[in-house]
Amino acid sequence: MSKSQSAERLYKVFIYIVLILLAVCIIVPVAWVFLASIKENSEFYGNPWALPMGFHWQNFVEAWNAAKMGEYMMNSVLVTAMALAILLVVALPAAYCLSRFKFKGSKFFNVAFMAGLFINVNYIVVPIFLMLRDGDVWIKKVFGSAFLLNNLFVLAVVYAATALPFTIYLLSGYFATLPHDFEEAAYIDGAGYGKAMTSIIFPMAKPSVITIILFNFLSFWNEYIISMTLMSSAQASRTLPVGLLNLMQAQQSAAQYGMMYAGLVMVMLPTLILYICVQKKLTQGMTVGGLKG
Amino acid sequence: MLKSKGRSRFIFLCVAPAVILFTVFMIIPTLNVFRMSLFERGAYSPTETFVGLNNFEVLFQDAKFIRSMQNTILLIVVVTIITFFFALTFAAILTREKIKGQDFFRIIYYIPNILSIVVISGIFSAIYKPENGMLNTLLSFFAGETVQVLWKDAKLVMVSIIIAMVWQAIGYYMVMYMASMSAVSVSLYESASLDGAGRITQFFQITIPLIWTNIRTTLTFFIISNINMAFLFVKAMTSGGPGGASEVALSFMYNQKDAGLYGYSMAAGVVIFLFSFALSALVNRATKRTPLEY
Repeated sequence: MSKSQSAERLYKVFIYIVLILLAVCIIVPVAWVFLASIKENSEFYGNPWALPMGFHWQNFVEAWNAAKMGEYMMNSVLVTAMALAILLVVALPAAYCLSRFKFKGSKFFNVAFMAGLFINVNYIVVPIFLMLRDGDVWIKKVFGSAFLLNNLFVLAVVYAATALPFTIYLLSGYFATLPHDFEEAAYIDGAGYGKAMTSIIFPMAKPSVITIILFNFLSFWNEYIISMTLMSSAQASRTLPVGLLNLMQAQQSAAQYGMMYAGLVMVMLPTLILYICVQKKLTQGMTVGGLKG
Repeated sequence: MLKSKGRSRFIFLCVAPAVILFTVFMIIPTLNVFRMSLFERGAYSPTETFVGLNNFEVLFQDAKFIRSMQNTILLIVVVTIITFFFALTFAAILTREKIKGQDFFRIIYYIPNILSIVVISGIFSAIYKPENGMLNTLLSFFAGETVQVLWKDAKLVMVSIIIAMVWQAIGYYMVMYMASMSAVSVSLYESASLDGAGRITQFFQITIPLIWTNIRTTLTFFIISNINMAFLFVKAMTSGGPGGASEVALSFMYNQKDAGLYGYSMAAGVVIFLFSFALSALVNRATKRTPLEY
């Protein structure tokens, strides 16, 4: 008995070591970047595991101003916000109608959006780019100046459009579970279709809307292939990841390490903060639901 | 009658914007991938000449494309196997064992998933840096002498990318497996314990068969997402270098676009798409079992 108990204990210790090892492998590199972002440039030629000698905030100031990360940050905030707004305005009513009304073609559209889940943006980014460029050529001929490429708003529209299948899929799944009595009651009270949708159904969908905002915020904020392709002109406003990529490539010759790691921190900090907050919110939401149920 | 008119107008107003955006930015570009693969197009003029399957013929003789496909297949196979093993093991540990700080570990493991691939490649270039890099300094410490491994050299560049991709993917798949594992009834494990089945037996006889549907789904996920992730990582970490040693299928396709060879680029896109589709179908077929339900 005692032998199997000690074997059990050994097994437990082993498991904890393995768990902690993986956690260390994930935390340490991320934490290292945070520490590196406040190191002075000369410190990068010594032992990389040394702690920073002081708080060299200058890195952030340089990244913000000299490397234009501040400007890129604004662009990223703008694009992400616009894309999320467009996505919600377009996807919510569409998902609602597709999941709760039977009309001519409703089945076809449902299948089409499902099929859209399998289209990956990496395959279609080149045709999108060419389409916009051809559009620009035509617009330039007619109106004198082109605006489709190198335009933050168009980028936001493309983000929203490519996120539609996933978003509609998630929302429809939720809307389909609601009983039809909700709208029936609203119609009897004299509400129209639009009123019933916006004041009865949408508020109930709040948890799924939050999930959608979360997932899409992360994917819009972190995206760089579309942004890099559609905002390719030298004067175009860049988003944060693309700006960071350029900074990383420039750093290989200029060796301004501190500034680069400050830039890295700027890109990942918002997502990390959001992730930590949401973790809490998710557990809170679960317990509240449990009490009510 | 009036009511039904209002109804269809309402539905039209709700659905039309989504359908228009979806058609313009997803359906048309997708169809264009297939159409353009049969054409040759000037770099700066929109005139297209029909060349039939010529693009594909050239493509299959292009040593660079073949190399990029080989690299892609290597990444799909190796990253999938390693990630699958770790994700499954850690999910089983976190759901089956009484672990202190279970939530803590889950939260930590998921972190790489919320970071931009650009950020991850920045982190890994700090790890792989030849002098004063995290990894080399650590190796030197254990070896007792200065080790200078060139992680992004042609010989090791694929290994470096594999490590980074596994690092990024473990948490995501682990969370997926945890969700389905926690749905398995505890009483099954209890009765298995009474019958004297150990952890390993329980894992293979109960856990794996019962989450088999989920495993099959994730295998398809692995194939599709590894093709895409390989592109994102390579583009940010190595841009295909050194000398094309780390070029993958989608980055090859993207580079042809930069060279102005649009038709050729799209032909590569078609081949990669069909390849991923065929491979998914194959894996799906090979892993087909009658679903077990206890």
